[in-house]
Amino acid sequence: MPKDGIGASTKRREDIRFLTGTGRYTDDINLAKQLHVHFLRADVAHATINGIDTSAADSMPGVARIFTAKDFDGVGGLPCGWQVTDKHGQPMQEPKHPILAEGKIRHVGEIVAAVVADTVEQARDAAEAIELDLTELPAVIDMKKAVADASVKVHDDLTSNLCYDWGFVEENKAAVEDAFAKAAHVTTLELKNNRLVANPMEPRVAVGDFTAHDGMSTLYTTSQNPHVIRLLMGAFVLGIPEHKLRVVAPDVGGGFGTKIFHYAEEAFCTFAAKQLKRPVKWTSTRSEAFMSDAHGRDHVTKIELALDADNNFTAIRTETYANMGAYLSTFAPSVPTWLHGTLMAGNYRTPVIYVNVKAVFTNTVPVDAYRGAGRPEATYQLERLIDQAARELKVSPVDLRRQNFIKPDQFPYATPVAVEYDTGNYDATLDKALDLADAAGFEARAADSKSRGKLRGFGVANYIEACGIAPSNLVGQLGARAGLYESATVRVNATGGIVVMTGSHSHGQGHETTFPQVIADMIGIGADQVEIVHGDTANTPMGMGTYGSRSLAVGGSAMVRAAEKVINKAKKIAAHIMEASDSDIELKDGQFTVAGTDKSLAWGDVTLAAYVPHNYPLEDLEPGLEETAFYDPSNFTYPAGTYICEVEVDPDTGKIDVLNFTAADDFGNVVNPMIVEGQVHGGVGQGIGQAMLENCAYDEDGQLLSASYMDYAMPRAADLPMITVDHSCQTPCTHNPLGVKGCGEAGAIGSPPALVNAVLDALNRNGHDIAHIDMPLTPSRVWQAMNK
Amino acid sequence: MYNFEFVKPSTLDEALAALADEDAQPLSGGQTLIPTMKQRLNQPSKLVSLLGIADLVGISDSGGTLSIKGATNHATVARETASSFPGLSGLVAKIGDPAVRNRGTIGGSIANNDPSACYPAAAMACQATIVTNAREIAADDFFQGMFATALDEGEIVTEVRFPIPVASNYQKFEQPASRFPLTGVFVAKYGDRVGVGVTGASNDGVFRWKEAEEALAANFSADAISNLTVPADDMISDLHGSAEYRAHLVKVMTGRAVAAC
Repeated sequence: MPKDGIGASTKRREDIRFLTGTGRYTDDINLAKQLHVHFLRADVAHATINGIDTSAADSMPGVARIFTAKDFDGVGGLPCGWQVTDKHGQPMQEPKHPILAEGKIRHVGEIVAAVVADTVEQARDAAEAIELDLTELPAVIDMKKAVADASVKVHDDLTSNLCYDWGFVEENKAAVEDAFAKAAHVTTLELKNNRLVANPMEPRVAVGDFTAHDGMSTLYTTSQNPHVIRLLMGAFVLGIPEHKLRVVAPDVGGGFGTKIFHYAEEAFCTFAAKQLKRPVKWTSTRSEAFMSDAHGRDHVTKIELALDADNNFTAIRTETYANMGAYLSTFAPSVPTWLHGTLMAGNYRTPVIYVNVKAVFTNTVPVDAYRGAGRPEATYQLERLIDQAARELKVSPVDLRRQNFIKPDQFPYATPVAVEYDTGNYDATLDKALDLADAAGFEARAADSKSRGKLRGFGVANYIEACGIAPSNLVGQLGARAGLYESATVRVNATGGIVVMTGSHSHGQGHETTFPQVIADMIGIGADQVEIVHGDTANTPMGMGTYGSRSLAVGGSAMVRAAEKVINKAKKIAAHIMEASDSDIELKDGQFTVAGTDKSLAWGDVTLAAYVPHNYPLEDLEPGLEETAFYDPSNFTYPAGTYICEVEVDPDTGKIDVLNFTAADDFGNVVNPMIVEGQVHGGVGQGIGQAMLENCAYDEDGQLLSASYMDYAMPRAADLPMITVDHSCQTPCTHNPLGVKGCGEAGAIGSPPALVNAVLDALNRNGHDIAHIDMPLTPSRVWQAMNK
Repeated sequence: MYNFEFVKPSTLDEALAALADEDAQPLSGGQTLIPTMKQRLNQPSKLVSLLGIADLVGISDSGGTLSIKGATNHATVARETASSFPGLSGLVAKIGDPAVRNRGTIGGSIANNDPSACYPAAAMACQATIVTNAREIAADDFFQGMFATALDEGEIVTEVRFPIPVASNYQKFEQPASRFPLTGVFVAKYGDRVGVGVTGASNDGVFRWKEAEEALAANFSADAISNLTVPADDMISDLHGSAEYRAHLVKVMTGRAVAAC
């Protein structure tokens, strides 16, 4: 077993280039004769466009061409990759999503015109000379009002502002009503899941290129999934076949979901480069990112829990308004439905559940998947609700959870919301977290806080998520317009080194370190003998990219399958050379041996023979050693865990001090513990950010109030406690070859309810009677709740 | 950013002459001006840097008065007043981050009079004198509401003179995003009076909480203000806190500053 195989906390090899400034990001790409585009963006939320006068701007210095919507006649709109069917069996309302605003402006930040010039400054100067003739319209901002009153519509060609009204599981509705009618106790909570801006460190960038000699279009872009962009943009927007379109996503500085989607700027740069026969580049400013990157979350929910006289959960019912923004971003409709409703059972044995989701168009930036995507919203509601139920019933929130857990001997467990958990042990992570968080010592610590005039609270939350997305045939039935397999090519070079070309994409996850660990483990060579290639459609097999904590579970599994094919072939070559039977060949520590003999051949000897096939079974085997596999999972994976947060509240100011945070996760098998812990740290940081700092807010006119870091609060190191991370409770996934579940989103899913529960515990145990405070729990909001 | 001319004179007279041009603006540390120019919200024809004028940099301490020249940066003030005026040093040491403190200057901060700037709270509490190329202005007269001061066109803050208090302290409750004060209170105790300067809270910009000053002059303890209330009427209400919350914070921060003096 190599020292840097599975289970080793190998340092991330990619960090050397990231930390020494030698990474190659999209903005580092500058092509000969490159032009720059500045997008003139709407500064009003809703308006009719009567005219766009570019006559003064057209002749400004450096201007190559100014584009408006009329230049895109015959070009498709940005496609939506998921069609949700409503509770009446009808498809969702799906408005056109034009590249540049067509006839109407529907959100602040929407592109109205695009100025292409020799320099960015020239393009910006010219954009200021464009005259817009607009008729402002009232903005549709509040979701409930948007549904109740259709007198102002975001899309005039739709019947209302409702994208869909989804019921899940519609057949369970009567049983749920019945359970509520018979309940001994019902707990109801109304809450908001605050809208967030992802804010990856690297803003989006796109460089479009067209080479006349071969008729190829190339897009360099900050994407989590270059193949998906190639397919969507090529087939649905620009009409370029895949063999004439290359999409490259080089080093990408963080995505968090917001770089999954196909954006107008990508299509624009590719289109304009072909029109102008010169490369066209766009680099987002941070201000543009706030009003053009897809936002996350933004749910308004009423959730109810029915319990019997013994405090067993008997039913859950929810009604959620989910903000779509002004247009449907690529995967937006799936987030509040299939990534949300299916997780509403959580870790518990609730027999019947009904989830209603109304997806609403508003004059705001489109909303789509953000780290966790639907699962944080489900977990937050449920874990807040259980805490409130425990408070009303005067029982321990820990005991109430434990009593209703799905027990270890009940797996596989089919929930009433259409998924089957393959494996888990929720008692184990709960026990582990309580132990690590020193739950037993809490009362003494609370007394100490009280003596200092502070209010101490202890918050517990469990989470489950569906990762490793996803079985293609299943998601196809659910409305996905894409498959969700993953791919890998394992290319063994003549001297034994290996290149893995994966359809997954790393934008901070560390694939270049962890994937080689797996190969090293399988073959018994050093991980440094393995190189990972990703991010370029020209040299990787068609893959679906990285999101939904899927890379290792799906992409890693594809790589394992391809490596197995390689090893099987190598064994045949070794058997030929050593004159033994295939079935007697063993591969260990990079050596092929013949069972029961002292014959052996090194890995490199066999790989050389594959490419210099002098002594080779050419009649049975092709030369070379390169295999490709596509892996389509048979189920989701279900990471789960328990998070505990301990806080102190300053009663004079409402300020929260997060003292301790404990995460006990079951990720199944773990390839690189250090990277897993880093993922949890980052996720918890983002979750704490959502819970007490981040708030993307619009005013009633649709102006973005939190349009810069002066008003949008990002978590900083000083806001975070030391985080205790444990992943020793492992119930390996039963259906993928690595037994892995995925760890990328867990931290962001489990931490917001843990923190909010802790704050409410602190307040309620110190004499306040407060059922709920909406996130972010800013000092002002906490103080206001305490001083109503 | 639009194009502009840039000059860096070595004397105040040259700077004033350069500023006579229409749309010329003085540039000190640039911590507000440069970001607004990058956003194209400001379009000076010419920037006149004050940082080359040796007479505008430095700190002196005589007869109980601390004089800080207008172009002295925050890091220098924080370092050099640590023993002579620790309350002010503490305030300055927490403005922005190290990059801001090594560029931003007292003159720029005072002249800009951002309603959430820290320096004006100390200037008001201490009843500092703002010295310009033309005159001397009492702090009470200098600060005239959000981003508004007594400065005339082309007038430059050359020096700020603080009577050094017996004890002082600044309490900043940070706005979560910008980390500017959501409410900041500077308390300065003198032999014959107490000053309480409040920043970040009011629609009228920095102000003195005079009821607290009187109560604290009679009894310098947090208890002395326990029965006072701050009216919320003129307080800022925004995404980060209601008017009531800010009014409440004025009292809490004042009490903490007194306790820390």
